[in-house]
Amino acid sequence: MTNPMTRRQFARHTGWFGAAVVLSVAGGEVVSHIADTRDSITAAATADTNTLRFVQVSDSHIGFTGPANTDVTASFTQAVDQVNSLGFRPDFVLHTGDLTHLSAPGQFDQVKQMMSGLRTDRVFTVPGEHDSVDDHGRAYRRAFAQATGGDGWYSFDTHGVHFIALVNTLSLEKLGHLGTEQIDFVRRDVAGLSSDTPIVVFSHIPLFAMYPQWGWSTDDALQVLNLLKRFSSVTALNGHVHQLFSRVEGNVTFHSATTTAYPLPGPGRAPAPTPQVLPARQLHTALGIRTVTYRQGTTALAITDQELA
Amino acid sequence: MKTSFPWRRAGAAAAAAAVLAVSGLTLAACSSPAHPAASGTAIAIAITPGSGQPSLAGMPGSTATDPVTQPSAPMASMSMPSSAGAQAPAGTPVSADRVAIKNFAFAPAAITVKAGTTVTWTNQDSDAHTVTSQNNAGPLNSQALNTGQSFSYTFTTPGTYHYLCTIHPFMTATVTVTR
Repeated sequence: MTNPMTRRQFARHTGWFGAAVVLSVAGGEVVSHIADTRDSITAAATADTNTLRFVQVSDSHIGFTGPANTDVTASFTQAVDQVNSLGFRPDFVLHTGDLTHLSAPGQFDQVKQMMSGLRTDRVFTVPGEHDSVDDHGRAYRRAFAQATGGDGWYSFDTHGVHFIALVNTLSLEKLGHLGTEQIDFVRRDVAGLSSDTPIVVFSHIPLFAMYPQWGWSTDDALQVLNLLKRFSSVTALNGHVHQLFSRVEGNVTFHSATTTAYPLPGPGRAPAPTPQVLPARQLHTALGIRTVTYRQGTTALAITDQELA
Repeated sequence: MKTSFPWRRAGAAAAAAAVLAVSGLTLAACSSPAHPAASGTAIAIAITPGSGQPSLAGMPGSTATDPVTQPSAPMASMSMPSSAGAQAPAGTPVSADRVAIKNFAFAPAAITVKAGTTVTWTNQDSDAHTVTSQNNAGPLNSQALNTGQSFSYTFTTPGTYHYLCTIHPFMTATVTVTR
């Protein structure tokens, strides 16, 4: 946050969660509004073929067993079904990590099979720290990132938007970490892009300082954000924190997604980020999926979060 | 969110204020004209690797036109090891060669043992943890320990061993080994 916030930016900054907060990017300006989930989904469903529509799911933690969610497989199945019944076929589905709970081969196989049932053309992933326990992410890369360079980072383009997938969960020492090799990759990756190319960057751990005391931050993220400073629209999507949270810093809008497994406490609202046990009937309200739409021509990027039905 | 989790109650007033602020923005946003399209050129709808990328990352979804690659191994059954006997009753004092992992902390956070001692860590949390030497510069490198699972290591060389949980790296502790 190098620039002081304008009053408008501050207003956005305070609007950091809701059942459906829609952020639109118009001419580089981010505007938020509360939208009825069904309206947004309908709008997305009727959008023309030039509209990019993708879904973010996160933190399925396949293999977790505990009172906070006694059946994470059923929850993730429900999330997959919900994606498949959105009323439109998303261009791709993005899983922002902690696919598994313990990086076990059987867990990677299981989540991969579940995601292969997603009605979409492509499924993208980044690893969470639960997917890269004690092996520097080798098992994850075997399962999900064989077509990538480095330690699993990559980029792709569609509908005029440039996507960058970052890995910040390897060799954790306190906070998320990208490393110089990956930062160099981003430098080369964006070098040829014009500054009006919308950028979407995704990672597991937030690239902003959401709550560093619990490791909810990435120590060298600023170096990547500096490389993205010249772009008029930058959206950063992450998981890890198991709750909706949005923040605007400079030209970047950060969106933490919720989980399909179990809620965590709000930043600093508990002694430790322990899985929260909710009454059984309430659990689904803390879980969810996210739809992102980008309509070429209106230069709009809209984010809609839905509870797990 | 229409729910009120216990940890969100305190922020309810702030959240309500935020909604009002955002609603005000909506009106402002609606009155401004839509930004015109940046260019009228044809749009690449297909998903293509970024320039310099060897190939497209990710895996095909069920509607992919390319042949869908099936995962090689059959669906694994998720059997978790029994935690019977591994879990210390709550409130039991932890002796010097036993460390509990509880409430996202190692307890005790600092222990001193004689060379040759086997130290055992037991995870009593509902989340998984590891016992890993800091900076990967030491002998501790456990698997992910699920609830009730234990990890043991026999220290033979005197010194101070700093370790952490790689899943929650704010969890740190030390073992001091004496002659």
